[in-house]
Amino acid sequence: MAILKLDGVTKRFGGLIAVNNVSLELEEGELSGLIGPNGAGKTTIFNVITGVYPVDSGKILFMNQDITRKRPHETAALGIARTFQNIKLFGKMSVLDNVRVACHYRLRASVFSAVFSLPNYVKQDEELTRESLRLLEAVGLYKLKNDRASSLPYGHQRKLEIARALATKPKILLLDEPAAGMNPEETSELMKFIRRIRDEFNLTILLIEHDMKVVMGICERITVLDHGCVIARGSPGEIQSNPEVIKAYLGSGAYARS
Amino acid sequence: MTWTLLLQHLANGVALGFVFGLVAIGYTLVYGVVKLVNFAHGDIFMMASFFVYYGIVLFSFPWWFSFVCAIFLTALLGISIEKVAYKPLRDAPRISSLCSAIGMSFLLENFATVVFGGRQKPFYQPQILSKTLDIGGVRIQLVTVVTILVSVAALLFLNYLVYRTRMGLAMRALAHDFDTARLMGINVDRTITFTFAVGSSLAAISAIFWALRYPQIWPFMGVFPGWRAFTAAIIGGIGSIKGAMTGGFLIGMISIMLVAFLPDLAGYRDAFIFMMLVLVLLFKPTGLFGEA
Amino acid sequence: MYKKRSFWLTVFSLVLFFLFIQYAQTHFDAYIIRIMNVAAIYVILGVSLNLINGFTGQFSLGHAGFMAIGAYTSALLYMSPELKAMNFFIKPLIWPLNEIQIPFLSALLAGGLLAACAGFLVGAPCMRVKGDYLAIVTYGFSEIIRVLFNNLQSITNGPLGLKGLPTYTNLWWSWGWAVFTVFFIKRLIDSSYGRALKAIRDNEEAAEAMGVNLFYHKTLAFVVGAFFAGIAGGLLGSLVMTIDPNAFNIMLTFQIVLIVLLGGLGSITGTVISGVMIAFLMEWLRIVETPMKIFGITIPGISGMRMLIFSLILMVAVLFFRHGILGDREFSWEALFSAFKKRHSTEGE
Ligand SMILES: Nc1ncnc2c1ncn2[C@@H]1O[C@H](COP(=O)(O)OP(=O)(O)OP(=O)(O)O)[C@@H](O)[C@H]1O
Ligand SMILES: [Mg+2]
Repeated sequence: MAILKLDGVTKRFGGLIAVNNVSLELEEGELSGLIGPNGAGKTTIFNVITGVYPVDSGKILFMNQDITRKRPHETAALGIARTFQNIKLFGKMSVLDNVRVACHYRLRASVFSAVFSLPNYVKQDEELTRESLRLLEAVGLYKLKNDRASSLPYGHQRKLEIARALATKPKILLLDEPAAGMNPEETSELMKFIRRIRDEFNLTILLIEHDMKVVMGICERITVLDHGCVIARGSPGEIQSNPEVIKAYLGSGAYARS
Repeated sequence: MTWTLLLQHLANGVALGFVFGLVAIGYTLVYGVVKLVNFAHGDIFMMASFFVYYGIVLFSFPWWFSFVCAIFLTALLGISIEKVAYKPLRDAPRISSLCSAIGMSFLLENFATVVFGGRQKPFYQPQILSKTLDIGGVRIQLVTVVTILVSVAALLFLNYLVYRTRMGLAMRALAHDFDTARLMGINVDRTITFTFAVGSSLAAISAIFWALRYPQIWPFMGVFPGWRAFTAAIIGGIGSIKGAMTGGFLIGMISIMLVAFLPDLAGYRDAFIFMMLVLVLLFKPTGLFGEA
Repeated sequence: MYKKRSFWLTVFSLVLFFLFIQYAQTHFDAYIIRIMNVAAIYVILGVSLNLINGFTGQFSLGHAGFMAIGAYTSALLYMSPELKAMNFFIKPLIWPLNEIQIPFLSALLAGGLLAACAGFLVGAPCMRVKGDYLAIVTYGFSEIIRVLFNNLQSITNGPLGLKGLPTYTNLWWSWGWAVFTVFFIKRLIDSSYGRALKAIRDNEEAAEAMGVNLFYHKTLAFVVGAFFAGIAGGLLGSLVMTIDPNAFNIMLTFQIVLIVLLGGLGSITGTVISGVMIAFLMEWLRIVETPMKIFGITIPGISGMRMLIFSLILMVAVLFFRHGILGDREFSWEALFSAFKKRHSTEGE
């Protein structure tokens, strides 16, 4: 059963059609990739799924529920978490607080019980702190929990973003170019890490990536996007030999050089 | 209500609209280029009227010469404010430059209070400008006509500057994409200086016409025209000259017509204007002519 | 263990502080008491504005409006019917306001709650309007309040204002509320809610993507901030005994912004220090406006000089001390102890 289903989704920015009649299905538990040349509309698809931008037409279903008109905080609460292409951490907050923010929506205590430390708040706050610390341990940032997020090195910031996304208890995780700016060693470690969290947290993962080694290495299914349209879909082997895909990449490369 | 009276109010509304519009352009240009609400713009406007006043009273310049000097001095003032208060904060968080602008406004007002005195001063009224024209029963003050004519001339000149000169091109480039323009080798400092000079001289021109119409000047006189003009700039869509003029007209008309036809509600004028602002921002956050 | 020690230290210093307040109220001269009252009100104002501007990152210029609402609401409720009749001699006050009188505390709370409602109304557009635009909208709101209060003759007495208000405000009231404000807002920003507010400040888009309801939390900041601003307005009215709409103008808001800037956006400790400092500084600066004799030459007092110096300080603060006294650091007993220990160990070497 498809856990997430995009049905003829279109998103325009003025005259530009960033996402053009895209239909897409994610099976529960699968690790799939979304690739395409620069400006193909990959990030926009993430933004449309999570509700950052309203769609112009089409429908988005998550676990058979229509989420087309939902705001980002609502989709997050339903179980769609994401990371950002250009890291967006809460820079002035501590590493631990970054993760705890993502647990906040689950808090069932009023502002008053929070301010006056009533037992029901204290219990939940302790629980979510414990959970956040567990997540930090899982991504290997436990020791840095009191550091400012903005002071972390780049690779750690990427990991913190993932830990933060996991703290929302997602069913689907959308990763936007997680390997960007990493060296080969870090990249291969990241690949293992992504597989591990998928199994550990029972996730469905959709991943945007330019690094073909990563995509071909860990994705079970790949969707190729060009100029907002899906031009191919299939296993890594099928994609690599698909002439359309090669043309799209060569074409954009030629364009970039000219 | 007769036709002639209506036409009279209309002429006044148009003239006031131009005055607001010119001030609004100052806000719009600065915001467009440096993305800063120049809170001190209304006080630059106030300083201009004092420059004229002291030119006449202290140096006994002829009034027209005093006007011209004031325009230059005001441009200079605008440039110096940018150099002192905004330039050092160009790469700082937005909130810092916003506070700096607020502080600058505060500083100018208090400076004027201490140096010029807090009391209202009479603004010189040149004889010929206070004449009244009678066009088929419609009585229009000459000031009104001159305001409209000079404003149109200023607008045409501005249009030439922004769309026909290299400097204007640089301004538009900065407004469109500051960082890219900077990388492309546009002289950022010079362009910004120029923007402040243009904005401030327009404020000076409108200050003169404002003071001719309401001939009492004092240190806080810039606060309300300034805010109304800023409102006009936002309503029209900040960054757009056309929008600033449209907003200026809207607010000028409302100001005049409310006093003329609904005098009971005249006290609520600013409440109306701000309501309009909030509504525009809520339903079209980029203003009437703003780009998304 | 540390937590417990800090708790008792806090309790102990609060007891000491209120003993001092009691002493000051009975022994200090009226002039100093007045400044101390103003200081407390500045602390409330600064800390509550810091919640909106410093911790939530929503640039608000609406504080004077919230204060006006608080001041008028509470005054109209705690004034005696006779006093109201004396004030409203142009147009009588509408029923039922002209007949009721309630105790000071409930009047203050009513003022705070009404200001909080206004805070909700102002905070709501936050969703559509951001940054500089928000500053304009909130400023516009506070101007609307001023214009309305100037014109609603039969409710506010228009530009004549309200005169001869009874002075309930004393050091207990003002510092009591100041301490409560600091307590409330400190606890709020350290709680899970506060983390959500700071997340909005640091990155709105990411906060929303992590499930933070922007509308709820932004309006929360505005409502809480406005509530305390309303309380401060009520305390101020009863302290200065005269209120009129034009006292609550943008200048007042700027002063509060200055307190926050000097203290440090995002630092409650800094705001408390700068609030007290500014209260005393503003009083002390009155000297420059009174005539004085230096070496036998009489220098006439220059009116407005005080505000000029004040605005110069503001500019210097903005340009050269961008992070305020404390940046976004906070006082804590632990930090104090560890600083102490360090000092000791270096001395020992
Ligand atoms: N908010 C926006 N307003 C206007 N245009 C936008 C906006 N966001 C994206 N676009 C445009 O939509 C197109 C698709 O952008 P998108 O960011 O989705 O591409 P992408 O596939 O993620 O590319 P990249 O690999 O560079 O990240 C681009 O042409 C981009 O300029
Ligand atoms: Mg992208």
